[in-house]
Amino acid sequence: MKIRAQTAMVFHLDKCIGCHTCSIACKNIWTDRHGTEYMWWNNVETKPGTGYPTLWEDQGKYQGGWERRDKSVGLRLHSRGEGLANIFYNPSLPSLDDYYEPWSYRYSELTNAPAGDDQPVARPISMITGKEMSIEAGPNWDDDLGGSRIYAAGDFNLAVLTDEERQQLFLLERLVFFHLPRICNHCLNPGCVAACPTGAIYKRGEDGIVLVSQEKCRAWRMCVSGCPYKKVYFNWKTGKSEKCILCYPRQETCQAPACFHSCVGRIRYLGTLLYDADGIEQCASVPDHELVEAQRGLILDPSDPQICQKAQDDGIHESIIEAARKSPVYRFVKEWRLALPLHPEARTIPMLYYVPPLLPVAATMEEGKYELGSDLFVDQATGRLPLRYFAALFAAGNEEPVRAVYRKLLAVRLLRRRETVGDIPEEVVQRILNESGSTSQEAEAIYRMTSLATFAERHVIPPFMREMAIEATTDPFERKESAGFGLSRPPKRGW
Amino acid sequence: MADVLLFIVLPYVAISLAIFGGIYRYFNDRFSFSSLSSQLLEHRLLFWGIVPWHYGIVPVLLAHLLAIIFPNWWGVLLGGRDRLTALELVGMALGLLALIGIVILFVRRLVNARVRSVTSVMDWLLLLFLLLQVSLGAYIALTFRWGSLWYLHTAVPWLRSLTFFHPDAAPVLTLPLAVRIHMINAFVIILLFPFTRLVHIFTFPARYIARPWQLIWWRRQ
Ligand code: SF4
Ligand code: SF4
Repeated sequence: MKIRAQTAMVFHLDKCIGCHTCSIACKNIWTDRHGTEYMWWNNVETKPGTGYPTLWEDQGKYQGGWERRDKSVGLRLHSRGEGLANIFYNPSLPSLDDYYEPWSYRYSELTNAPAGDDQPVARPISMITGKEMSIEAGPNWDDDLGGSRIYAAGDFNLAVLTDEERQQLFLLERLVFFHLPRICNHCLNPGCVAACPTGAIYKRGEDGIVLVSQEKCRAWRMCVSGCPYKKVYFNWKTGKSEKCILCYPRQETCQAPACFHSCVGRIRYLGTLLYDADGIEQCASVPDHELVEAQRGLILDPSDPQICQKAQDDGIHESIIEAARKSPVYRFVKEWRLALPLHPEARTIPMLYYVPPLLPVAATMEEGKYELGSDLFVDQATGRLPLRYFAALFAAGNEEPVRAVYRKLLAVRLLRRRETVGDIPEEVVQRILNESGSTSQEAEAIYRMTSLATFAERHVIPPFMREMAIEATTDPFERKESAGFGLSRPPKRGW
Repeated sequence: MADVLLFIVLPYVAISLAIFGGIYRYFNDRFSFSSLSSQLLEHRLLFWGIVPWHYGIVPVLLAHLLAIIFPNWWGVLLGGRDRLTALELVGMALGLLALIGIVILFVRRLVNARVRSVTSVMDWLLLLFLLLQVSLGAYIALTFRWGSLWYLHTAVPWLRSLTFFHPDAAPVLTLPLAVRIHMINAFVIILLFPFTRLVHIFTFPARYIARPWQLIWWRRQ
């Protein structure tokens, strides 16, 4: 066993209101430069939908992530030899049109328009060529089911449903959607790192944040394909790949990442997990239906004295272990088993977990009375989106862990309803709690963490003690000025 | 006088600049030490250009180099008529492949607005010189037969004389004009090396074959 620490995340999808504040916070800080306009390190997509870049989940097209081979895993994209042979042309790279062509408007046309009867219009201008263009796609083109006949119907995960189920989804009275905010998952077995021929992408040992060294990157762009989540982007202006840096400069000064900090729905939780680094390959190689459980198994209990001792022996500072103990992520993922990885079948072992939405608020109005049935979700008959859909998203097709999550989420809801409205008998609540394997204390704790948790409880940022490491090599004051993106000179190409 | 300038001074200037300029750029501007891929912006034409180009030009260049480094060995290799014919044919095919590739790449940069917007002056210069070089190469291969053989007795002695600092341009001065331009242009391209994206030749990540899949960096203590 070799213990390492990882800064991990939970997004609680029931709470996301799809406001895109997170995306804007990120864009304003990190991707407001020439060459990065089309990148959204944080994007929020509507599900069902095709996402950004379009159909990113289709690994047949983009070849992201790992494949199970014999008893181990191999990159779907290429073997080492193939990687070098394809270095001139990466056959699985998304094109700009799979994202969208970024644009602005020629606003001067508004202010300089001569007086007349017509309203002046500002024409869209490509931010790449500077020429007039017609807008045909955008980063959230299918927001809130816009164009659902094309986009939502094209959702890759709908393939697991029957024709009839699919038809029903698009009946007006049954229309349903939820938001899926996505950032880089800072995986334990990242496909991007493995795919980079130069070795420019790396995982920070201390907190597991995955970064692209801008000095080392040589524009081979294999990482873009290697990532099954399409969360590495190629900057066409500088010729460097860029990705979410989990706002490490902010974290190093004890601030939450910008998207977490600004999240309106307070859906985001950040905290440290301890895991067994020796178990990664084994964990990535299990059959699909065991993936969720195997990934949970990799995470270690920071309250276990033996684990703590071993972690310290492996060089993890006491203060980080302390942070791991307070981690809300540990609660959601391991203790409560409520948060699931997105597309675990890509086998990168993502460290961003999602609490699936209990969206089919399955209440009905009957005879003027609001009815919150009792056996909901046990068979999902009343669910608006079939369980299989969520299983395809969050559990590699295995419905069991998803069903367990829903049982518990529902139990929490019923418990709270009993406490606040009081229209559900005690026995019903108790029975559902039992069925979901929970207790009223646990349900209460889940409720508190979901609804009432303070900023500091939601974001337990591990202490980095960066100042100590840096003093040895650099004057901290000088470092402070150049810490930003990790580059101490403007990212320009002279030739 | 002009001959001395073109066949002796220019090569020395070009090579020294390439070496020292390349090293300087590597240590002072490593950020730009690569090619600037435009595959994201346009990929269909790129495929038909870049793949033939690289798979054509790399072996042809290596053949040019091998003959300079191991002239005797190269002579033995070409000893038999059949082998000579085979080699010439392969060389010609690869040369044509490279020519087709670079023409497509050139046209692509001309016609595609997105790609044009990321093309620098140096890129255009380099493309022009490369186009000229490969066209001349293909022309020479097709019109002056058995180039792989006479190359050994003309250009190779000249290049070796330069390498060993006894510069002697005599073996090449009487060659046809096209061949002489090809030679001079080669050094112009070498001269351009540190100022263009050509530097990416020396970034080929051969180490990938042996490195571990995952990389963990610990902060420097
Ligand atoms: S999600 Fe992030 S860490 Fe994981 S493969 Fe993609 S870019 Fe790499
Ligand atoms: S800011 Fe929060 S609530 Fe708003 S879209 Fe982003 S994740 Fe959802």
